[in-house]
This record gives sequence, C-alpha cells and structure tokens, in this order.
Amino acid sequence: MSDPATILDARGVTKRFPGVLALDHVDLTLTPGRVHALVGENGAGKSTLIKILSGAYHADSGEIVHAGRPVSFARPLDARAAGISTIYQEVNLIPLMSVARNLFLGREPRRLGLIDLRRMNREAAAVLDRYGVHVDVTRPLGTIGLGARQMVALARAVAEDARLLIMDEPTSSLEPREVETLFTVVESLTAKGMAVLYVSHRLEELYRLCETVTVLRDGRVVHTGPLAELDRLTLVAHMLGRELDQVRQEGTTRFGEHRDHTGNPPVMEARGLTKRHVLRGVGLTVRAGEVTGLGGLLGAGRSETAKAVVGALPLDSGTVTVGGRRLRRLSPATAIRAGMALLPEDRKAEGIVPDLSVRENILLAALPRLSRFGFVSRRRQERIVATFTKRLRIKAASPEQKVGELSGGNQQKVLLARWLCLNPRLLLLDEPTRGIDVGAKAEVQALIDELAADGLAVVLISSDLEELVEGADRIVVLRAGAVVAELDGDDVGEHAVMAALAEAEPREEDDRDD
Amino acid sequence: MITDSVAVPTTVRPGRATRAERLASLSQRHGALTMLALALIAASVTFESFATAENLAGIAIQSSFVAVIALGMTFVIIGGGIDLSVGAVFALAGVLAAFGSRWGPVTALLLPLGAGALIGLVQGVLIARTGMAPFIVTLAGLLAARGLMLALTTEGAETPLVPRGSGFLGLGRGVFLGLGVPVWIAIVLCGLGAVLLRRTRYGQFLFAVGGNEDAAGLMGVPVTRVKVVTYALSGLLAALAGMLNAARLGSGVTILGVGMELDVIAAVVIGGTLLVGGAGAVGGTVCGVLILGVIQNVVNQIGTLTSSVQSVVSGAFLVVAVVAQTYLSRAGRAR
Amino acid sequence: MTTDTAPALGGRRAALPRLVSDYGVYAAVLVLLAYNAVFTPYFLDAGNLRTQLVQAAPIVIVALGMALVIGSEGIDLSVGSVMALAAAVIPLYLGFGMWPAVLMALLAGIAAGLFNGTLVAVVGLQPIVATLALLVAGRGLALVFAGGQLKQLHNPELLALGDGELAGVPVIVLAAAGLTLATAILVGRTTYGRQLVAVGGNRPAAVLAGLPVRRILITAYVLCGLFAAVAGVFATARLTASDPSAIGNLAELSAITAVVVGGTPLTGGRVRVLGTVAGAMLMQLVRATLIKHDLPDSAAQMAQAAIILVAVYVARERRTR
Repeated sequence: MSDPATILDARGVTKRFPGVLALDHVDLTLTPGRVHALVGENGAGKSTLIKILSGAYHADSGEIVHAGRPVSFARPLDARAAGISTIYQEVNLIPLMSVARNLFLGREPRRLGLIDLRRMNREAAAVLDRYGVHVDVTRPLGTIGLGARQMVALARAVAEDARLLIMDEPTSSLEPREVETLFTVVESLTAKGMAVLYVSHRLEELYRLCETVTVLRDGRVVHTGPLAELDRLTLVAHMLGRELDQVRQEGTTRFGEHRDHTGNPPVMEARGLTKRHVLRGVGLTVRAGEVTGLGGLLGAGRSETAKAVVGALPLDSGTVTVGGRRLRRLSPATAIRAGMALLPEDRKAEGIVPDLSVRENILLAALPRLSRFGFVSRRRQERIVATFTKRLRIKAASPEQKVGELSGGNQQKVLLARWLCLNPRLLLLDEPTRGIDVGAKAEVQALIDELAADGLAVVLISSDLEELVEGADRIVVLRAGAVVAELDGDDVGEHAVMAALAEAEPREEDDRDD
Repeated sequence: MITDSVAVPTTVRPGRATRAERLASLSQRHGALTMLALALIAASVTFESFATAENLAGIAIQSSFVAVIALGMTFVIIGGGIDLSVGAVFALAGVLAAFGSRWGPVTALLLPLGAGALIGLVQGVLIARTGMAPFIVTLAGLLAARGLMLALTTEGAETPLVPRGSGFLGLGRGVFLGLGVPVWIAIVLCGLGAVLLRRTRYGQFLFAVGGNEDAAGLMGVPVTRVKVVTYALSGLLAALAGMLNAARLGSGVTILGVGMELDVIAAVVIGGTLLVGGAGAVGGTVCGVLILGVIQNVVNQIGTLTSSVQSVVSGAFLVVAVVAQTYLSRAGRAR
Repeated sequence: MTTDTAPALGGRRAALPRLVSDYGVYAAVLVLLAYNAVFTPYFLDAGNLRTQLVQAAPIVIVALGMALVIGSEGIDLSVGSVMALAAAVIPLYLGFGMWPAVLMALLAGIAAGLFNGTLVAVVGLQPIVATLALLVAGRGLALVFAGGQLKQLHNPELLALGDGELAGVPVIVLAAAGLTLATAILVGRTTYGRQLVAVGGNRPAAVLAGLPVRRILITAYVLCGLFAAVAGVFATARLTASDPSAIGNLAELSAITAVVVGGTPLTGGRVRVLGTVAGAMLMQLVRATLIKHDLPDSAAQMAQAAIILVAVYVARERRTR
C-alpha cells in the first residue's frame, strides 16, 4: 500500500556490524522529480544506507519498497536492473578506456557482430554534448576532467534507464563551473521525472538543489522534511546533534578548564598551505600548552591540514615553521625530527601494523633513536613499553600480543604511545576518540588535557562538537579548504562554531589558474 | 537555463600536461613500432646478409611461434593477470601433437589443443573463483604441465616422432607465397586477435576487468567468465604454438619451452602493454616479438658473439621500455 | 565509517586454517620423516640425511633472501640468474686466490640487488617486472662473462667449500644454518628487520611513522641478491665447475615455493624464517621420497605444484578475516 507517487520507500532499515549499530530503523521516502538530500557527519550511516539501496550491502531487517513492490537486491547489478544507479565519489568507470567505450560498455552498437566504432563515437559525442561535455570521446577517460567524468557516469546511468539516481558527494573535486553544469543537468533530469538522492556536506549546494532532506546521526534519522523550512543553523545543529536552546554549560567530557596561552611562543606556524581542490591557503599557529581545535564539516580540509603539516600530503605551496625554523622539504621523517607527530584518522589503514606486536607497534617510530648498531636492547624496549602501557592503561594480554587482536580503544592508545614515546613538541590528533568505547574515550580526553598541561602543543580534530569545544582552548574553523573563523577565549562555544559552519559560503573564484 | 545552452569547456587544458599526455600516448602506441623500425634499419645497414628475403623469412618463422603465445599473453596481461605456464604448455603440446600424429592429423590437432585449453581453463577457474594470485596459480600450472610432459616421455628420455609423410607435417613445413604456414597462421590469428580486442564486447569487457575490476563488476561485466575465457584462450594459443612447432620439427622435443614465458612477457611489455592491466594492443605485441626476433638474428649474424648476448640485449630493452613507460604514463597523468 | 572489533570474528572458526597455515609445514616435514623412517630402507642413515641437507642447503640460502623481499610485499624473480652471475664471476678472479674471487662474486650479487631495489623503490616498478629484466639479462650476462663455457675449477680452497666438513658437518650445511640464524636475528631482533616487516605490513603507516621506506626496500633486494650470490658460490664449489648455464636454473621457483609453503604470505608483513627453512626441507623431502620409491621427477614436479596451491589456498583463508 505504498503511495504511487514514491519511487522508493525504505522502512525500518537496520544494519548491524560487529559492535556497531550502523543503521537503526531508518525510514526514507524518495519521490520522482525531486532531489532529496541525505546529510550527516562521519559515521552517521550515510554510506551504509547508500550501499544497502544500491545492493552492495544487505539490510538485517526492515523493508525496501521499490516501485510498489518489496525488493531485496542481492548484488549491485540487481539494483541497476531495477533502475537504481549510484554514482560514487570516486567515479566508477575505467580510466584507461576511451570515453565512448566507457559510455557504451556492455551496450555497444554493433554491425555484423562487430562493434560499430564510428557510430559509437558519434553517438557518444552527441549524448555528451547534451550534458555540456565537449571532449574528444576517443580519449582515455582518465585524461578528461573529473567533472566530465561525472557527466559520463550520469549519461551512462540515464542511458541505462535509471529511475533513481544516488549521488555520493558528486561535487567534492569539481570546479565551480563544473558544479554549475552538474546542477543544470540534475535539474533537467528531475524535470523529466528522475528521483535523486543527493549526498553532500556542502550546505550551499543542498539549499540550491534539494527540496527535502533527511538528516542521519549515529545511524538514526534525526530529522526529515522540506529543506526550505529549515534554516542553516538548525540543519547544522541536527547534523552535529546539538539542540540550539540547550547548549549545555557543563559538559560530559573529561576536559578541564580553558586556558589562555596567547603569551606563549608559537611551537608551529603553518602559512598558506595550498593544494588544488583540497586546501586554499590555510594558516595555523599552535602554541605550547595549548589545545587548538580544528572545526569544520566533513570534507572541509581538517585532516588534510594536519597531514600537510607533517608532510604526508604533497602541497602546491605553503610553509611550515617549527620552533622558529622553517622546514625544508616537508616529509614525515623531517616532521618527526622537528618534534611533530600525527595520530591519523584512519587507524587501520594508516596507523597500526596489525601483524606486529603491541611492543613493536609502540616502538615503530622510536626504534631508530633507540638502536645502537642496529640492535635495540630488549630490556630497554620493555621498560619503555611498560611505562606507556601503564600510563595509558593499555589493556593487552601481553606486550607481545598482536595489535590486530586488540579493541579499537586499545589500538588507539597504542598509536598514542607510539607518538608520545618520541617526546614530541606538537601532537596532531585526528579524531582521536572516534569508534572507541566510552571508557577509553574519557581516558583519551583526560590524557589530552594532561599532555597540554605538561606543555605539549596539541591540535585536535573532532567531529564531536562537544569534545571539540570543551577540549580546545582555541578553535580554527575550516570550510571548503579555507579558514573561515578563529575563535578564542570566551568565543569558544558550540553556538559560535555552528554559526561559523552555517554561514553562507563566500562566493569563490574559479581556481583554474594553471 | 536549459541544458543545451550550457557550454562548458570541461577539460581540455592547454599547455604542458597535454603535450606530455600526447607524447605518452604516442610513445605507448608507436614506441615499439619505432624501435622495431630503427632495429631493422640498423641491422640492414650493418649486415648485407640481413635484408635478404631468406633471412627475413627465417626471422618470421622463428617469431611466429612466440607471436602466437604472446597473443594469448597480451590478452591475459590486459585483463590484469599473468600466465607463467605458457612455456610448459608449449612443450607439452608439442609432445602431445607428436604422439597424436600416430593416429592421424586430426588427433595431432585436437589432443594438444584440448589439453592446452583445459589447463588454461582450470587455471582461470582457480584464479577467478578462489582469488589466488595469478602468479602463483600459473606457477603451479607450469610445474604441473612440465611434470605431465616428463611423465609422458619417460622423464624426457623419449622424443615422440611424427610419422614420416604425415599430412600434419605440412602445417609446420609448408610454404605459401614465400612464407611458412606458421607465419600465415600467426598473421591471421593476430589479425583476429586485434579485432577481438577492439571490436567485440568480450574485448571491451577484458579492458574493463584489467582497468578496474570493481568498477567493471558494477558496470555489469561478467568478471569471472571473462577471466576464465581469457586463461583458456592463453592455454589454447600456447598449445597451438607448441603443436605448430612440433609439426615443423617433426617431433615433440621435450627440452623446449623452458623460460619461454619470460621471453613472451618481455615481448608483450616491450610492445607497450601495461603489466598492471587495462591497456595494450596486439600490434605492439607483434612489434615486441619482432624486435626480440631481430635481436636474436643479429646476434647470430655476428659470429663472434655468443647467443647469450641476445638475452642481455633483450633484458636491457625490457628495462628501457618499462622505465620509459612508467615515466611517460606518470607525465601523462600529471594534472 | 569505522567498524572495529574484527578480532572477535577471528575466534575459533579461523583457528584451524590459521594453525594449518602457521604450523602445517612443520607437521608435513615430520610426517614425511616418519613415513620414510618406516617405509624407506636406510632413510635415517647418517649418509642419507647428510645428502638431503646438502641438497637442500643452496635453496635454503636463496629462499631466506626471498623471504625478506616477499615480507616487504615484493618478489625477486632474478635470484637464479644472480646465482649464475656469481658462478661466472668466480673463475675471472680465482687467479688472485679464493677470497678475492668469492668477494667479487658477492659484490656481483649486491650490485644486482641494488639494481632491482632501485627499480622497485625509486622508479616505482612492480617487483615482478623489475626483477624479470634481470632474470632475462642476468644469465645472459653470466654466459658472456664465462665465454659461454663451463670452466673446471681446481682451487682447493674453493672446492673445500663444496665438499669440506667442519666437525663432521658439511660446510655448506653450516653456512645455511649460520645464515638462517643471522636472518632470524635480523628479522626478529634488529631495527631494520622490524622496519622491513612494518613496511610490508602497512606501507602508509610506515611512511607516517617516518621510516626510510626506500632505503628499507633497497636493502631487502640487496640482501636477497647477496644471499643468491652466496648460494651461487656454494653451488659452483659443489659442482667443481663454473657452469652459468646450469647453476641456479629455476632457483626462483624453488625459492618462492619454499617461502610460500613456509607460511610467509605473498601479501607481505610477515617473514617466517624457520618456516622458510622447513618449506625448503619439505620440498627436498618430497622429491627424495618420490625418488626413493622409484617415482620419477615428473611426479615430484606435479607434487610441488599441488603443495604450492594448497599452501596459498590455506593462507588465503586466513587472510580473509
């Protein structure tokens, strides 16, 4: 008994991963001719929901009604066949094949059993022309711009008779002009009755394109309804899980009081960090004993700023000065020598070495300093490891247990220990408490405070607004790869951060400068 | 605004990147051809005896067997895999063909081809279904095929002979318009292979699987089937080459084919096919095979050089080709 | 999305494949030894055991170097050719005495490793392609050095490396044992060894931790080349001749087999030194058992193929956790 006007109706969709409830009774209704926004911070469950709708995952419970019938997609191909097309952030096409071959893969026009190349190229050029893409369709797809690739993916979806288009962060690496074209195309598609589920964190775009919105947080729908009735600040508040009128004075985190450190000399100064599509002249100053928070929505360039500072992200331009000396040739090794350490956001991919023991993971970065003639005394190793295991309360069966076998919280503490035993001057923490249990979270927060009190400079990145506001003495707010606000002293507050996040985006210049 | 009025110059970025790009694609497409032309010119100028019809026909027949195997290898590598078993299958097929010729030309044809295709099929199924590395599976295939060949020939002590006067011999020794039958077969097969690759749906699927397997799956490509077919094809072609060689020699020589897979891979890579998969062309492979053939011929002409110099030169060509490829494709991708 | 807690999944279900993958090779060696002790006459004879060890020793040495490279998520196809290269260099310098000749042979191995390592770590080629070039060219180069001929060697010191004994144990076996110990210490105890495993296990993490990744990789290939050269020297001494066309033929396949069967995953991040030795011994025992029971070499090759597939298949099960 579903409304004939809906193309897809998800009811009570629930998905559980080991230890995590990724989606908790999520409802979503999509209507032909409408663009529906799906927003939420990291870990809210957006990607899980998309994957279920596109057949990559299977829901544990709940039902999906598509075109009036309950469906269950076993594979992505089934979803495609049913008319649901997903365009992922990283466009899923074949970069080395020509544009035309990509567009027609599996549906090539044939003559006498062979592919009719001339017709294929001609038709491809004609189709793409309608999408405002004027490229040589015989060129490899990988040599054309990302915007044009998006269009090829779109054209392919339309050619496959898609009725519902799911777009996951489609504009994250597009030029402003390419974004315009994309919007025009999406608008013309919806005018013809296409339903679009649009996932983005760029408020500007959402208000421009979408009629309705669903906000996810921690796997639950916290708001759904027409977008026009929702002002920016309220939308941001929904995403971050803060109610505007009840921003608490007393927090639940384990952070102590804010302190003022403006008198201290800067430990690290970054100037004009720039990388095409990612960072636009970010500056950052960090002082001893100070916790500097980096605020921003997903994709604002927070992690990238941290990586750039320690030389793990190649920059187009920008300088990093530590203790008054400018670092030449930024690289992780020079950054470490200068006393900087980054706890990366993705613990599994960039942090732990799962098959090595707790001891070896802790000492990974410190080994060269400790070794004499290439050997490190086992007793010395054990002493250091014991010190940090105790200080950080790392729970492992023994220092020889493999790190891959520990819980997320303990893995995170091992990584913290890896950096602390280098005795750094500046610690950059990228989402240090994400995905770890409550107890470990409180311990890590208390530790950050303690470290700052000992005179360490700390940069804290967190999507947990409460953690950010209470943990940081000062907050630098980023949006679209640029600093948009710096909050000091009494200004540091949830409301101020959200206001900065919700502000209208400055109209940016087209940065096609090369 | 309406769609048609949006005129967005989406990509073409004039200047440095484009030139590097063009150079990269040019060198990838025609690098091997240029190298071959240079090698031919240099050889003809230096040795009077090089550019004679007889000598060139000799190079052609030598290269024809490698070319047939390299054709299959090109397919496998474009699909993102590798097949180390081809040398062993080549030898096994030769022995089987000589065996089979006792019962007439039909068995001499079907026995080796069937065995080769079967070995390729099994390898393909193991690779596509279990996710084991192609390198390992075909390494095991190499050992198994060679073991089988040795078992058939009492540990290589026996050399099965093709009966005198068997019509099967004509397949290897016949000459048509001045070129050996194997050469004609190789030419026809490479032509068909090029068409298969560029002008059929299977060819498109193969490029897609090698270029980005996950994306290919999402775009509706039957990834498993494409892989299985490709390895079966490679086994079939290696067996065909072995069979032709047996027809030429009149016997199934057991010591052949050792290390042949490496020559074949080298030829394919020199021909511009990317070892990571997703790009390549039959024409380049043919050029690569001929380059190695010319090197071999030239080394033989210089009487004072041992044939081992040939592998040194081949290895050097391989390094230069691959390093150039890497830097050029990096320049092409730089944005 | 972070989804933690994977270890809980590991639990009991994965325990069996894991045990098979980690200790299967030792069990297989023991089973074969037990079988032969019962069914093969004179198998436990000191003379026979000695032969088995002597025959396995060169492959053990090559496989140790290979294990280092595979632990770094690479592979080295050129080891057989490097053995031949070392063999070819020896007679050129034997006039100056044994040590200079051996030294030059080892230098050749180091140079080969440097070449491979540079192509992999600096140019960024896939290890298979980078080392394929030297596999093709190395043996040719060796034959050029040797003038394409087998050279009988008469230097008594050198020949003593092949058939000499120390305290009743063949020198070559002692050398293999010594290198095994050295590799075990290198991998397990030294800074370099742990860094190597870290690079193979999680390259981005190693980069972020400031490790000198290029240098670590190049060193792995240099060590592999060096070990291959050592094996080449011993093989030459045992043959009492420098024969670059025969020495080290297909050694890369035997070495990779030994490493893989020994439980070192091809995906890197682990180096199992003792497992590698056991892997080499297992393949040697399989061959010996088949030969003793009058089963031909062809059967041994097919058995080897089956063992490789089983070993990789089991390891694959474990990886999917």
